Amino acid sequence: MTLMKLYTLIPMMPLIASIVIGLFGRQLPKVFSHLIPIVLVLGSFLLSLYALYISYHGYVFNENLFRWMTVGQYDLNIGFMVDNLTALMMSVVTFVSLMVHIYTIEYMENDPGYSRFFSFISLFTFAMLMLVMSNNFLQLFFGWEAVGLVSYLLIGFWYKKPTAIHANMKAFLVNRVGDFGFLLGIALIMFYFGTLDYKEVFSRVDTLAGQEFMLMGSSVSLVTLISILLFIGAMGKSAQVPLHVWLPDSMEGPTPISALIHAATMVTAGIFLVTRVSPIVELSNTALSLILIVGSITALFMGILGIFQNDIKRVVAYSTLSQLGYMTIALGVSSYSLAMFHLFTHAFFKALLFLGAGSVIIGMHHDQNIMNMGNLKKYMPITWITFLLATLALVGMPFFSGFYSKESIIEAVKYSEIVGSSFAYFAAVFGVFITSLYSFRLYFIVFHGEERWRNKPISHNHHDHGLTTNQSPHETTWVVIMPLILLAIPSVLIGFFTIEPIIKSSFLLKDIFILNSHLALSQVTEHFHGPINMALHALATLPFWLMVLGFIVAYLLYYKNINFIKTPKILKKVMDHKYGFDNFNEYILAPLTIRLGNVLWKYMDIKIIDNFFVNGSAKTINLFSHITKKIQTGFISQYAFVMVIGLLLFISYFILGGKS
Amino acid sequence: MTLSTLLTIAVPEIIILIAAMSVLLLGVFYKNTTSLFGITQLTLLIAAYFTAQLPIDVKLTAFNEMFIADSLSMFLKLLSYFALSLVLIYSRSFLQSRNLHNGEFYALTLFALLGINLIISSYHLLSIYMGLELLSLSLYTLVAFDRNRPEATEAAMKYFVLGAVASGFLLYGFSMLYGITGSLQIAEISSRLSDTSINPVVLSFALVFVVVGIAFKFGAAPFQLWVPDVYQGSATPITMFIGSVPKFASVAMLIRLLFQGLDHMVLDWQAMLLIMAIVSMLFGNITAIAQTKIKRLLAYSAISHVGFMFLGLATGTITGIASALMYIAVYVLMTLASFGLIIHLSNQGKELDQITDLSGLGKQKPWCAFLLLLIFLSLAGIPPTIGFYAKFSIIQATIQFGWIWPAVIAVMSALIGIFYYLRIIKVAYFDEPGKNLNQVSKSSNNELSVTLSINTISLLIIGLFPSSLMDIATLTSALIF
Amino acid sequence: MVTLSHYLFLGGILFSISILGIFLNRKNIILILMAIELMLLAVNINFIAFSHYLGDLSGQIFVFFILTVAAAESAIGLAIIILIFRNYKSINVADVNRLKE
Repeated sequence: MTLMKLYTLIPMMPLIASIVIGLFGRQLPKVFSHLIPIVLVLGSFLLSLYALYISYHGYVFNENLFRWMTVGQYDLNIGFMVDNLTALMMSVVTFVSLMVHIYTIEYMENDPGYSRFFSFISLFTFAMLMLVMSNNFLQLFFGWEAVGLVSYLLIGFWYKKPTAIHANMKAFLVNRVGDFGFLLGIALIMFYFGTLDYKEVFSRVDTLAGQEFMLMGSSVSLVTLISILLFIGAMGKSAQVPLHVWLPDSMEGPTPISALIHAATMVTAGIFLVTRVSPIVELSNTALSLILIVGSITALFMGILGIFQNDIKRVVAYSTLSQLGYMTIALGVSSYSLAMFHLFTHAFFKALLFLGAGSVIIGMHHDQNIMNMGNLKKYMPITWITFLLATLALVGMPFFSGFYSKESIIEAVKYSEIVGSSFAYFAAVFGVFITSLYSFRLYFIVFHGEERWRNKPISHNHHDHGLTTNQSPHETTWVVIMPLILLAIPSVLIGFFTIEPIIKSSFLLKDIFILNSHLALSQVTEHFHGPINMALHALATLPFWLMVLGFIVAYLLYYKNINFIKTPKILKKVMDHKYGFDNFNEYILAPLTIRLGNVLWKYMDIKIIDNFFVNGSAKTINLFSHITKKIQTGFISQYAFVMVIGLLLFISYFILGGKS
Repeated sequence: MTLSTLLTIAVPEIIILIAAMSVLLLGVFYKNTTSLFGITQLTLLIAAYFTAQLPIDVKLTAFNEMFIADSLSMFLKLLSYFALSLVLIYSRSFLQSRNLHNGEFYALTLFALLGINLIISSYHLLSIYMGLELLSLSLYTLVAFDRNRPEATEAAMKYFVLGAVASGFLLYGFSMLYGITGSLQIAEISSRLSDTSINPVVLSFALVFVVVGIAFKFGAAPFQLWVPDVYQGSATPITMFIGSVPKFASVAMLIRLLFQGLDHMVLDWQAMLLIMAIVSMLFGNITAIAQTKIKRLLAYSAISHVGFMFLGLATGTITGIASALMYIAVYVLMTLASFGLIIHLSNQGKELDQITDLSGLGKQKPWCAFLLLLIFLSLAGIPPTIGFYAKFSIIQATIQFGWIWPAVIAVMSALIGIFYYLRIIKVAYFDEPGKNLNQVSKSSNNELSVTLSINTISLLIIGLFPSSLMDIATLTSALIF
Repeated sequence: MVTLSHYLFLGGILFSISILGIFLNRKNIILILMAIELMLLAVNINFIAFSHYLGDLSGQIFVFFILTVAAAESAIGLAIIILIFRNYKSINVADVNRLKE
């Protein structure tokens, strides 16, 4: 079997699973609904590992599978490029997807949409693989939109729940803003390079330098424009401020989805995109600064919001936003491999956090309010342990995987000289404290303290969610536990074992382009003396002690319940409104858009387009069709007559038309 | 040229002829129709084998250059065998349940196929005429096949009369061509038209009559009036046959007569084809909107598709021919699938007739509804189905030729078309179930549903990988001249 | 002196008469059949005239084929008319009008 066939098989297997389950899931016995996708995704995962093995040995695969179509002189191809970057992403995507598939068996057990759900997550795996394996921008865009579509479908999976519908609408709209920028960026690339193939575009990228583009009367550097447009796309998918508003709401979807799509894989597509186009982005310091600042704002301010949330999934969601911010910071300081590193470690521990949260939610009978939880460690020991490990990885405890990736990013920011790096350094370091604070807050409230559900007021308005006061939560079954354990292992260890190849060797660097003048990453490499040294050295640095401080504050506030800080009312209000992004959208942007839309609608749409073009033409065509069908009288002599008329018209056309 | 070479070139036709006569005889004495089905399918297979043996890049002629075997003939013949084979598979259960399944059906389809093959390989006006009449007479008989249904006989009568008139037109054109050039052989006609000074009025007359004759066979407006009545009146398998395989003969006739014979008058027939293309696209798509019967709707849809094919051919370029060949292959595939679906959904006594009979299909038979979705998306030309790529390649060829307005009209008519195709999908998925589908498909067998599924899925698969089919079409059209 | 154009004129007139016969006739389907025969005869006259004046025999051979086909065609036409009569109890053109619009 050639490599091409093998690589084709990787995305195809989840697709086949999705189609089979989507079409026949309800007819087949229920066991097939999860068995088929799990087996095929497992196959996909193993092949991805093989791909990683091949590319690790230095073979970069780049071939076109087939020519999809030809438009004018442009060939549009479907093909795969598998280098280390891609292979790494493929392995992460398929591994987390596999875990989530297994986990879903119990989580969705009694849901009527059981097979539909499996069909969707397999489809998502396919789309995500197409995205990362693509060797051109067109296929990338296809994957990009396809993951967006599946995400949309899954956020609204419980389509009878109004909040879910609202959330998926929001995700859809916000992502359109991002996609618009992305599409414009691709269009500019097509326009200037005449091709969408990565290899060709990147090999000719230096021709862009110095070119200007006229935009609204002023000229803009072309490379900056393209970079920023592509980054706008990344902002939408990777939920960077101000396009982040959809991600917390996306938690309306089932928890396995939050783990797979809205934490581990899809939201990192933006990070992957910027890393992939590093040869373009590198050429524009303006774009890099913008990326850096956006990332810093997201990392810091979204983390702060996490402290004030009471919904277990929302806390984790804001934590995801903040960590995505860290990755973006790494992109901004040209340390793409560190961004990928953090993406990689984050995928494991964040998926673990979400699945742990899901396990807690199952235990709590689908109550997500942490103020009804407490002391769960007594009832759910395995969930407790794994959740604790994930928390330690997230806050950056030395030797845990999150520590290595986050610490390297902070280091890189320290050495960077790009505009905005001092602010970014502050945000990144202070962010460590924030991360520690909200993570331990969550941990203490959920797993320690008193068993709050026992004295919660009896609510009548709710459905059948939550435990009653005399019930106790119980540990979930092995299909939930197993993914937790399997994810806990890499969450703890993977950073320790992979930091060396990522920082020291050219494992990722050979697929990335970094200008020589951007020194941050090489400085980090220079100061790196092995993972153990790094961990020991960290004990003497500021971030570590900030992390400890966060832990102490959380311990005092939420374990000992000593309220030594009073949150100022105004701050509380700001936090409750999440800095007012939603309010801005809801009360200012949306009404303005609606008003503008109304004006356009009343005058353009109704008067001109609807009445004249659409309804008018529809009516006219309908009228015509009722006239033309009258030609068919059923009388044979009239048919013959029409034919003769046609003949005579043609003859007279030639004779009278001066043709002869 | 020795007899054996002559025979090699014409061996598929000889096989089909022998098989047709044997099936006719066997059908009289021998009541086991399943074996006749088998013999016919085997004949198609053998004929395909021998057709594929011929070289594609050499033009071989036989019988005093009356008969030609080239890339075009190979492409169209192989497609014809394939399409007919599918038609027979789809038809069997339908005919059995209505007591129409007998030897004559297979004999007539084989004679029709012989006529089609003859037209495709003709390089002489006489052999074109003979092939055409062989095809037409078989088709008239097939339409009247369901002889106790008034609609079927009425359709046969209309088809017969109008077809005979069209043949008359074509013959009249032939006679004038003969008078002008003194030859009936196509290559000679072409060469004599180039060097002698000819009365252009008579030539234009001849051209108009010939083009009208061809246009009738296609069912292009304004010579389309037989199409809706014949589609509606015939039994569904016969409609499927008329709507699919003979189209290959029509396109061959057009290319032989206009591109190879009357190539010096390209500007004249180009204008005629363009006018008919535009009228057909608009007329077909607009009139289809007002239809309530599904077979009639498909008839008008067929007229609009013919318009698209004419648009590609009207450019008179190799790319135009390639796109038209692509289109016709795709069109036949879609036609087979759509009528196959109708047959599949037609239960024992009653045929699927009204569009509203489809309501609730999505709930009662989700797989059928999904197939219907794919078929109609493809007919409407919506990506990623192959229907999109076929339309796209036609429009691309038109724009390359420099015709912007015809391309715009084509796109607009396709947009109008989307309306009624989507309406069918809407009826199938969103309307409340009617009572007609409940007792469906006890009669339909597995072989039918499997074939239908493969046929329909292939619309999607080829739509994802259209380049190989397009490459074949391009190669074929490049080798014609 | 009878020239080629006389024959062609005759052929043209016969052809026109046959076409008129098809669409002016609103009564009997048999008449349509006859008109079709007439149409083929007009073509035959054309072919024979051309063949004679060109000194080329293939036109006359074509006529033989047309005559043969015409015979077959009438046979099928008459068979269809018999079916029409059986189903509609009439061979009036105006009565055979179920398929329309």
